[in-house]
Amino acid sequence: MNEFLQFLSEPLAQRSLWACGVIGFSNGFVSALVVLRRSSLQIGTLSCALLPGIALAILVFGLFQLSILLGAVLAGLMVGLGSLFVSRTSRMDHDTALSVLHTTAFALGYIILIGLGLQQKVDDWLFGNIMSMGDADLWIAYAIGAVAVLSITALQRPLLIFLFDPRSAATMGIPTRALNYGIFSLIILVLVSSLQAVGAFLTLGLLVAPAATMYLLTDRATLLFWGGGLIGGLGAIGAFFLSYPLGWHLGATIIVVLGGVFLLAYVFSPRYGLLRRRGK
Amino acid sequence: MVKEHHDHICWGGGHHHPTHHHLILQGVTAGYGAEPALENISFEAECSSTLALIGPNGAGKSTLLNALAGLLTPWSGEILWNGAPLAEHRHEIAYLPQRSEVNWQFPITVRQLVEMGRYPAVGIWKAMCRHDREIVDKAICTLGLEDLQNRQIGALSGGQQQRCFLARALAQEAHILLLDEPFTGLDVPGTKALASLLRSLSAEGRLVIASHHDMATTAQIFDRALLLRRRLIAAGPVAEVLTTDNLNQTFKRV
Repeated sequence: MNEFLQFLSEPLAQRSLWACGVIGFSNGFVSALVVLRRSSLQIGTLSCALLPGIALAILVFGLFQLSILLGAVLAGLMVGLGSLFVSRTSRMDHDTALSVLHTTAFALGYIILIGLGLQQKVDDWLFGNIMSMGDADLWIAYAIGAVAVLSITALQRPLLIFLFDPRSAATMGIPTRALNYGIFSLIILVLVSSLQAVGAFLTLGLLVAPAATMYLLTDRATLLFWGGGLIGGLGAIGAFFLSYPLGWHLGATIIVVLGGVFLLAYVFSPRYGLLRRRGK
Repeated sequence: MVKEHHDHICWGGGHHHPTHHHLILQGVTAGYGAEPALENISFEAECSSTLALIGPNGAGKSTLLNALAGLLTPWSGEILWNGAPLAEHRHEIAYLPQRSEVNWQFPITVRQLVEMGRYPAVGIWKAMCRHDREIVDKAICTLGLEDLQNRQIGALSGGQQQRCFLARALAQEAHILLLDEPFTGLDVPGTKALASLLRSLSAEGRLVIASHHDMATTAQIFDRALLLRRRLIAAGPVAEVLTTDNLNQTFKRV
């Protein structure tokens, strides 16, 4: 226990703890968009597609946070929009095109990263390493969280109409295309911040599980955002305290904790839980 | 059993409906790919009527609805409402999606759904004022949803779900109601109830336009019909339009 307290007093540990809270919160907050849009699998493929962008950015600009962010955004846009383009110009459906493009992109990224001699880093990109986050990384995470919360809160009304009923939203004069691109960009931003925490493979969990849990608990869409943020943030902080004594990998522990919370809601939710429905 | 609520509907707010409230389509051609789904469609419709869009699959019913809703810009031709382009009167149009296209698990209550109709009036940030809330209350009452207003929309019957969207259209104070296959999946009493609702909504001065596929019920539900097969086959009062000859032209196998 003493050992743990001593660990907590180190700046590295404190920074990681903050990072867990902030990244967990902003991902949980944005996860409501993913759940309401019912596009979680697409987002999942997107997170892996960020890897080649990151690798290329490192190849061209070196290992800087900003270049990595830029590369990730570009790769996400290229794979996301590219798959849309391929599905529109051929007989492929969007999911198929996305699957081909994102695995290709992921494989390319992996080859580049190994070619750069960053083998040790590869694990961090795939599964995350919060402990490696510096002060600048933490600030970027704060900024991304603020952008997510502010933009979603400010545009909540048209956003919910759009997510629920995009066609009527368009007839009401809501700029649906702009909202769609906005949501897409926001998700990529948040993905980039969670990439460091839990890695390309696990980031989908952080971007879906919190709001999915709230989905089982409430009938109010607004609660999906704030509740998702709280579950994401508290879950990640809880995972931090669990992972040290247990010696578990922190990124993986975050996802396991969030998955566990989801299962609890699935079984025990007073409104939509398994037990409740059986009892009816 | 769905009750009929048309007897106590009233659409207040000082709306007058002089006879010149009408919709005119002039030579509208529209589509998605290279081939137009609609070719050179011209017709007129006045408020206080219910119009059925009838035709086989792929005849352009949805394309026409989308063009009217402003979801699709016609390649050529004009859509005029009271002499001005309909696109300038977007708040006048309410679009009701097909029931199968709606995510009924969406975490939203009946009341919140109806409140969405106030969006064109209140915009992104303005809070709903008492006037807005009264309009929402009235729309909910009109469609007999008072007891259901705090329910999640998935917990309703098909007819009730249909009424929620109608209530949203009322809250929007829309003049033109566009419905995509509203009678699909409704049982006989549900169909009757919705039909009388649509008739009473039009009696108050709205123009109701709906795609429809059941020839047998057209005459009971609508007072006008438009036969469509990429081109306009016929348009006018149901009795005049639904002749054997016209129907053969519309539905004949190629």
